[in-house]
Amino acid sequence: MSEVLVVVDHVDGAVKKPTYELLALAARLGEPSAVFIGAAAEGDAVAEAVKGYGAEKVYVVDDAQIKGYLVAPKAEALEQLVAKTSPAAVLIPSSAEGKEVAARLAIKTSSGLITDAVDVQEGGVTTQSVFAGNFTVTAKVTQGTPIITVKPNSAAPVEKAGAGTVEQFDAVISDAAKTAQIVASQPRQSTGRPELTEAAIVVSGGRGTGGNFEPVENFADSMGAAVGASRAAVDSGWKPHTFQVGQTGKTVSPQLYVAAGISGAIQHRAGMQTSKTIIAVNKDEEAPLFELVDFGVVGDLHSVLPAATEQINARKG
Amino acid sequence: MNIVVCVKYVPDATADRQFESDNTVDRVGVDGLLSELDEYAVEQALQIKEKRDGEEITVTALCVGPEKGVDAVRKALQMGADKGVHVVDDAIAGSDAIATSLVLAKAIEKVGPADLVVTGMASTDAGMSVVPAMLSERLGLPQVTQAAVVETQGDQVRIKRDGDAATEVIGGTMPLVLSVTDQSGEARYPSFKGIMAAKKKPLETLSLSDLGVDAGQVGLAAAWTAVEDTAARPPRTAGEIVKDEDGSGATALVEFLASKKFI
Repeated sequence: MSEVLVVVDHVDGAVKKPTYELLALAARLGEPSAVFIGAAAEGDAVAEAVKGYGAEKVYVVDDAQIKGYLVAPKAEALEQLVAKTSPAAVLIPSSAEGKEVAARLAIKTSSGLITDAVDVQEGGVTTQSVFAGNFTVTAKVTQGTPIITVKPNSAAPVEKAGAGTVEQFDAVISDAAKTAQIVASQPRQSTGRPELTEAAIVVSGGRGTGGNFEPVENFADSMGAAVGASRAAVDSGWKPHTFQVGQTGKTVSPQLYVAAGISGAIQHRAGMQTSKTIIAVNKDEEAPLFELVDFGVVGDLHSVLPAATEQINARKG
Repeated sequence: MNIVVCVKYVPDATADRQFESDNTVDRVGVDGLLSELDEYAVEQALQIKEKRDGEEITVTALCVGPEKGVDAVRKALQMGADKGVHVVDDAIAGSDAIATSLVLAKAIEKVGPADLVVTGMASTDAGMSVVPAMLSERLGLPQVTQAAVVETQGDQVRIKRDGDAATEVIGGTMPLVLSVTDQSGEARYPSFKGIMAAKKKPLETLSLSDLGVDAGQVGLAAAWTAVEDTAARPPRTAGEIVKDEDGSGATALVEFLASKKFI
């Protein structure tokens, strides 16, 4: 059975959940191999983590020489690994960086590229959601090695023992790939909440918060949810851009999306419409988002959310 | 200095967007316009030119697209771009991002050399956001992408962006490929003067043969991916909507959450 390369999503060697989701999808296409591009010293810990989710092999690409040089060196390393392993497919997390790496890899290997898949079936048939979630598209790569980027929450991780055999892979990185670099980096401060794009539940606030996100945040915390914001709330300076859900912010696809004080402009809907269950709380019963919801409350979020938070916390005892 | 801004002609996102019977995006039957996210790219190019007052800088708006795609070029000219280039050829219809990036790269080489290639962060139709990286790969230029803030000095470009896990400052040396987000600065509206001036600006139309691109390398038949099916998402069945009276809204909300086992 052919290998399927899964690019490990991690922060300093800490493996993130989308990696396990990709391994589950990879198992449908072949034999999952994880590709860890990071500090060689963390290779064993990463291997330990991914072998519990079916990784048979773990390629460790030491990034000591390329750290800080963005996507071009990563694409080069993957190109060489693809040449060595002739995989059935390469699965990459659909982050901004992941898509750029995939784009370059597709050109380098003369391979077709599919981005933002929400499902990958046996045979490499992908499902995507386009036009603000109004259309579902199934597609397939027809040339080269299928390069597929997959959105978080597209599959459930499957715990399954893999061999997890570690193999160091020495990539040769050209100087040409090191032409743009990270001059400074300020890691995002942890909010203590789940990350927006990966969270199972997202609670977002919009113009209707009037700038007071406390009810939204307290409700999110009672649900163990991530906090998001609409573009209107971000443009008003109430939340940084990193909170923005929508076409030009983050796209989310959680099990549950709660929109509070968000009317539902098409750009916002494009970023959340694939959520499994949608709830809206809004004073304006004409808000377009009510057309999409599984459950809606016409009312003031400043009274509805605190009361709901209290009841949820009381249930938890 | 030559700045080339890539502008895409896309179906209006607020219109009823459709697919053709061959599963390509309907770009003819639906009203189109300059992709909103590319307006920020045009804006940024113009700002760079304005900030570098005294230098000789040409901003060229480049569109690869159908006949009506010339509207996207015209809009960029009205905003203030100096000249326009429209690559139009029947063979291009149905091209995937890989073929589109090939045509764009060949066109940039033809109208260049470009010191800066500026693009939006993504198109508003397919929204893949891969073309900037593909252009960088094809042109052999550095990429600084997803910029929220852009600064240039001499041949140095520095951008600030919200990366996946960190806020980053990225630096590169021109020539390079730059993509900008909607955080990079509100796009200007064309003034009446700008609209009148645009009519006199040079607008070149190129075909694939002008670029030395073989028709067999582009279009639907040459795409490296095949769309098997497109289906309109079934409309969500109307959910339950309650009015909040005397705190009943919160109770109903919590009951719904419990019924779906979220709490």
